[in-house]
Amino acid sequence: MIGATILMALTAVRRNAMRSFLTTLGVIIGVASVIAMVTLGRGATASVTRDISALGDNMLIIVPGADRRFGSSASARPFTADDVRAIREEVPSVSNVAPTSGGAGRAVYGNQNWSTGLTGADNAYLRVRNWGVALGREFTDAEVRSGSAVCLLGETPRQKLFGALDPLGESIRVGALSCEVIGILESKGTSTFGEDQDDFILVPLVTFQRRVSGNENIGAILVSARAGVPTRDAQLDLISLLRQRRHVRPGDEDDFIVRDMQEVGQLVGTVTGVLTTLLGAIAAVSLLVGGIGIMNIMLVAVTERTREIGIRMAIGARAGDVLLQFLVEAITLSLLGGVLGICLGLLGSWATTRAFGLPFVPGLDVILGSFLFSALVGVFFGYYPARKAARLNPIEALRYE
Amino acid sequence: MTNLVEIRDIHKIYGYGETEVRALDGVSLDIDEGDFIAVMGPSGSGKSTFMNLLGCLDTPTSGSYRLRGVEIGRLDRDTLALLRRHQLGFVFQGFNLIARTSALENCELPLLYQGVARKERRARALDALERVGLADRAHHLPSQLSGGQQQRVAIARALVTRPAVILADEPTGNLDSARSEEIMRLLVELNEAQRITIAMVTHEPDMADFARRIVVFRDGRVTSDEARRPLPRGGDPS
Repeated sequence: MIGATILMALTAVRRNAMRSFLTTLGVIIGVASVIAMVTLGRGATASVTRDISALGDNMLIIVPGADRRFGSSASARPFTADDVRAIREEVPSVSNVAPTSGGAGRAVYGNQNWSTGLTGADNAYLRVRNWGVALGREFTDAEVRSGSAVCLLGETPRQKLFGALDPLGESIRVGALSCEVIGILESKGTSTFGEDQDDFILVPLVTFQRRVSGNENIGAILVSARAGVPTRDAQLDLISLLRQRRHVRPGDEDDFIVRDMQEVGQLVGTVTGVLTTLLGAIAAVSLLVGGIGIMNIMLVAVTERTREIGIRMAIGARAGDVLLQFLVEAITLSLLGGVLGICLGLLGSWATTRAFGLPFVPGLDVILGSFLFSALVGVFFGYYPARKAARLNPIEALRYE
Repeated sequence: MTNLVEIRDIHKIYGYGETEVRALDGVSLDIDEGDFIAVMGPSGSGKSTFMNLLGCLDTPTSGSYRLRGVEIGRLDRDTLALLRRHQLGFVFQGFNLIARTSALENCELPLLYQGVARKERRARALDALERVGLADRAHHLPSQLSGGQQQRVAIARALVTRPAVILADEPTGNLDSARSEEIMRLLVELNEAQRITIAMVTHEPDMADFARRIVVFRDGRVTSDEARRPLPRGGDPS
């Protein structure tokens, strides 16, 4: 009997194919936007997470200054070579220690010039950031120790300065410093935040200190936690060592920050997750509007088919049979909209993620969720018209013109 | 032996107090198995109300109505629907086929509600269409059929469940005289050859002449009840 009722409902939907499609359009758009929003949001989250791990999976960044939540105060004392040595010797939970110091400058080669970042560091920097050399070689120990005038180019300055030319062995000038190009770094591309990660030139730290900054300060120390050691443990070890070395009294705030990049990644992930939920919820509102559209058409259909309802009742349909038929019709419409909306949403978000270079992460939970939600919309908005149909008096319904 | 239909002192009153209308005011009537009665009377005589009660679409205010010995005067809506589903067939003045649904599917509909399996449903619907001479039009839509053909499909739909009674409400009201006679001959044939009980409302004496028995209503009462032809002898199935 239920099978027969479903059959009748499907027949009715098919009989009005065009109107059925227009009715479901609201649900199609609703479901499609929920799917698209959530899929895009998750793509963005995945992209951010990927960027963070591209920075170095278990990387910790130590910078001077108190944690003010938004940036650090510039007045704090920088680190010294002794701090770096102490970390290397006294903190077993970290493996690579890379002191860096950075600035900016105008790089010039021939008649080409390019404003870029200039970073002083050693090969440990490449280890921590999990960065390889695409062309040429890394620094030698002698170059690092003596502060030779050599440099590694990021992909962006290489392209701007040399174009199709071979940069190896050429001499470029960065501000007051002249140096020989010994290698080109692998390209990491643009991060989700829109930052060009390849736009900088790397020189040995000593070279930077002597020839550019003119002091022995270390602006930031990058370390990686030893494999198998939780970054949180390494972070605590570093904090206790540096508090001691920098004479921070117990109870006073740290005058430096040890930032765990995994933590940053998780934080960003949380933020994008909240945004995704929010967008999905807004999209769900349009799904409700689609449901109202279905109710509207079902009410029209009940009026229009009053005579048919009368005939069915005369033939022997109980109130419940009529209720079920119209309810199934409404649910069929909304589920049809749900399925089409899922296809449209996946297609749309696939195209969009392609266009923005985001990963495409369709979630089974969103797909099933919006499918169920559209079924619920059908039940909810189909019930009232169906009840109206079921309550008709057969004698009056048969006489209805 | 009980009669197929036994109606005793039935009243149907609409409204209360000053607006009270006594649509039926003490009607008693029996219908035998295999009979063909024509119900006549001017408009407002109560004949439509009577047919609605007979068709279990409505319940009387007072009195008793037994169909095959079962008292149905006080049943609820759903039970009445089940009675209609299994015991009654309807033919209307306006044909009342379901639009955009083929003749065959229209005939299958009552069986669908009875829960008859697909194969049997199709066979029985085709058989019913054959009995009204429309087997070759099974897949036509109502809009592709003439009025007379539509009414024959409606008769097939009423027949298909093998009901105790077929109720026909002005079945020729929308047809010209040639088509009307065709429909009436079909009803007579079904009644005589297949012993199907028919109760028909009409206001045309020509059509009433086809029936075995003519019952005339006026002001909610039966004023005349005249048997024109006897029921066939013997072969009583009960």
